[in-house]
Amino acid sequence: MIGPLFGVLFDGFAYGMLLFLLSVGLSVTLGMMNFVNLAHCSFAMLGGYVTVTLMNRLGWPFLATLPAAFVAAAAVSVVLERLLYRRLYRASDLDQCLLTIGIVFVSIAVAAYIFGTVQQPMQLPAYLQGSIVVMGVNFAVYRLFLVGTALAITVILVAALEYTRFGAQVRAAVDNQRMARGLGINVEGAFAVTFALGSGLAGLGGALAIPMVGLDPSFAFAYLIYVLIVVSVGGLASIGGSFAAAALLGISDMAGKYYVPQLGAFLIYLVMVGLLMWRPAGLFGKR
Amino acid sequence: MHRILVTLGSLVATLFLASTAHAQGAIKIGLIMPYSGQFADTATQMDNAIKLYVKQKGDSVAGRKIEFIRKDTGGIAPDVAKRLAQELVVRDNVDILAGFVLTPNAMAAGDVSTEAKKFMVVMNAATAIVTTKSPYMVRTSVTIPQLNETFGAWAYRSGARKVYTMVSDYGPGHDAEGGFQRGFKEAGGDIIGSVRYPVANPDFSAFVQRAKDVNPDGIFVFVPGGVQPAALGKTLAERGIDPRKTRVMGQGELTDDNALKSMGDAGLGIITVFHYDYNHNSAMNREFVKAYNEAYGGRNPDLFSIGGWDGMHLIYEALKKTGGKTDAESLIAAAKGMRWESPRGPISIDPETRDIVQTVYIRRVEKVGGALRNVEFDKVENVKDPVKARMKK
Repeated sequence: MIGPLFGVLFDGFAYGMLLFLLSVGLSVTLGMMNFVNLAHCSFAMLGGYVTVTLMNRLGWPFLATLPAAFVAAAAVSVVLERLLYRRLYRASDLDQCLLTIGIVFVSIAVAAYIFGTVQQPMQLPAYLQGSIVVMGVNFAVYRLFLVGTALAITVILVAALEYTRFGAQVRAAVDNQRMARGLGINVEGAFAVTFALGSGLAGLGGALAIPMVGLDPSFAFAYLIYVLIVVSVGGLASIGGSFAAAALLGISDMAGKYYVPQLGAFLIYLVMVGLLMWRPAGLFGKR
Repeated sequence: MHRILVTLGSLVATLFLASTAHAQGAIKIGLIMPYSGQFADTATQMDNAIKLYVKQKGDSVAGRKIEFIRKDTGGIAPDVAKRLAQELVVRDNVDILAGFVLTPNAMAAGDVSTEAKKFMVVMNAATAIVTTKSPYMVRTSVTIPQLNETFGAWAYRSGARKVYTMVSDYGPGHDAEGGFQRGFKEAGGDIIGSVRYPVANPDFSAFVQRAKDVNPDGIFVFVPGGVQPAALGKTLAERGIDPRKTRVMGQGELTDDNALKSMGDAGLGIITVFHYDYNHNSAMNREFVKAYNEAYGGRNPDLFSIGGWDGMHLIYEALKKTGGKTDAESLIAAAKGMRWESPRGPISIDPETRDIVQTVYIRRVEKVGGALRNVEFDKVENVKDPVKARMKK
């Protein structure tokens, strides 16, 4: 009885970390910059395709492709930010939605054009496959890897945004643009870098997600809902909030599916509704 | 008087010319498929086979040219499929409706086929009852119970006694679950548990754990093709379920080429049931696969391709039989009872149900020359759709 319970807790936590890795970039762009970037998962998809292409065509090892996925997604996002996003920083939420949902459709079509509609095969290296058994509980190696990566990213991000000069500038630029400008902070630059950071994280999250969930052009939409749930439940502008929300949602989703499979996928939405009724601004939200 | 005669004569001549021109005119086939969206790849594969067939056999039959009009449903959209079918019939004057990857779309277009009296060829949509929607409809793919009831009975024969079933919670999943459980129980087996997971399910570990808890000697799974088979296969391996000890059984999509590439050795030993695999060993199939590979950059044909290929074959042969006549009554009469050798093996159209009769293959994932392949090791010949066989009684 205890064995399955631990198994479910661990799997749920690992699944939550997968959600966290996919959505942490959005809690940076949406949360910090207040930009409703529905195209977030398009950047994740881009990261996924970069990883798959580097592995299958050029024979790169999996771990080496992860930074490449980050860089590629960040680089593409800078171009898009300069061309498109920048113009809509002060536009209404609806305008931002329209622009970014359009980008999602375009990205799906582009992915289908280049890579075809077929799902991309990808094979993890042997040391990340299989599972280890501790006291009768199965711990999948890749899930452990996801958990470790998620924890590392949380620490790095929180440190970077809370305790560095750059982090302070970004937060200042978001909270009060005019004041920040007045103090000589390069708001434009700070926004561009933040946006690239968020998108780069999306690319990394996508690359890390595909060994578990697979990759085809519909990826850009398939995980959008989960990502939005995590960010809204966690509270905007809170890395820790996203982390807690992702863990909570992952575990409740997994436990729900294990103990009451009839409820199935519905439980995650139930949890979301409950949490948002209790705290409309999200777990750690301030506004 | 003279003038009237001339006028009448020329009128008759015009009418005559017009009617021969009509007989010589192109035969229009309206293809309704999900060319975009989540199921776009299925349409790509089906359309590839259709194009290849036309390329190989020529673009005219019985002295008339074949023309295609392609319409995109964008996914599961019965209302759209129905509207497109109406447009094709009314505006574009098509003679034949064909394609149909998805059951709801095929069902909706079936109404149009009945009302407008149009011959309709379903090249995939695999829910049993689809063909009952129109008396002018034939199917050249497969039905889910055809595969899974046969598979359930086979599982018992192979020694399985306690089986757990897990399927996606939607029409085809329910069909597969029902078919397998029926076949298995009628043979004398015991279903010791079952679960249905959501159609779009990113992580299977909770469900696999449930199955493992009751310690079955076989697990039957069904997931839609695409990204999920590999995810499920990997999860089974992660949870320590070894297909070589506990039978893991599923429908062919579970171990299609792409899924196997992602699954890797975790897929070894999985047993699946299917009606077509590009590794099927026959001269005709080797030739088909070779031509397909050459035309589409090394890509292998799959179940959608074979459905499209045989659908085109049926259309061509039926038109030859009717001498180019395209009314639904003649075409359906020509199609009933037709039998031919397909790359998948011998197949025929059941004259009563207008559905396909074919060989069902049981395959196991094995390593052949360093790569994972579905190796056929057993088969059941001449299988009809069991659901419609029961409906008659």
